[in-house]
Amino acid sequence: MDVLVVDDSAAIRKILKRVLQQTEIPLGQVYEAGDGVEALAGLKLQQVHLILSDINMPNMDGLQFLSELKTNQEWKKIPVIMVTTEGSQAKVLEAVGLGAAGYIRKPFTADQIKEKLAGIVW
Amino acid sequence: MIDHDKLVEYARSATDSVFVTMLDMAVTPQPEHLDRKPPMVSDGVMALVGLAGPWIGAGVVTFSAAFAIDVCNHLLMCEETAVNEDVLDAVGEVANMIIGSFKTQLEDDLGPLCLSIPTVVYGRNFTSRSVGTDDWVVLPFQYKGEVIELRICLSPSKNSVPNHVGSMQCA
Repeated sequence: MDVLVVDDSAAIRKILKRVLQQTEIPLGQVYEAGDGVEALAGLKLQQVHLILSDINMPNMDGLQFLSELKTNQEWKKIPVIMVTTEGSQAKVLEAVGLGAAGYIRKPFTADQIKEKLAGIVW
Repeated sequence: MIDHDKLVEYARSATDSVFVTMLDMAVTPQPEHLDRKPPMVSDGVMALVGLAGPWIGAGVVTFSAAFAIDVCNHLLMCEETAVNEDVLDAVGEVANMIIGSFKTQLEDDLGPLCLSIPTVVYGRNFTSRSVGTDDWVVLPFQYKGEVIELRICLSPSKNSVPNHVGSMQCA
């Protein structure tokens, strides 16, 4: 399973990559993008099976990215889990309304990520 | 409105949660105080995240350079020995999570708020100024002899629509 991690923080991308490697998911490549624009450009080059995305990012935020993704026939079925400091109910509902498969608030534990992935991937 | 005690409680809870959950470091809160001066650091790392909405302001987290490196090493399980891009990024993300978590708790009292992208400053003998006139709530925390300082400045926006009338749209 190839995964795309979208976050403007290289630190968070590294942490998520490490957590993904600790799961029982048959992990293939983990691609990284620093914002929604980079992520959309990356998807044109690489097919992925799962996306973890932040919300607050420069250039194109996670909700705009999710919205763009869901209008594309090829990409709209890729499950997207939002991993973000944006914890308000309004943002959660907005993300779910746009088609997010899951929502994880930062700070998070590795177990929370694994649990959420298990419910979506298996 | 939000009272001082509630603001302090939210800020402490957000800081504790980030340090324990992401860094496995238990920080000890020290007595808070008010300060008219903006955050100042003479030698270290300062991470700032802005808040906007019906209330506007900022949260600033300051670390010594040595503690910023320690935070990075705990967060990324690495062994950095100097302040570099990874350290600055890690410190910015820690500040983002603290202020973000604080913001989420505040929203129950103040309505929807927006967060800025974090800004991180590192240097020696620099000073910072704020054009605002409101007091900063200063919340120091201790960890093994190091002091981390969280400063919060928050005041009602002159342009906002009151909570009970409508809500501001965040980008």
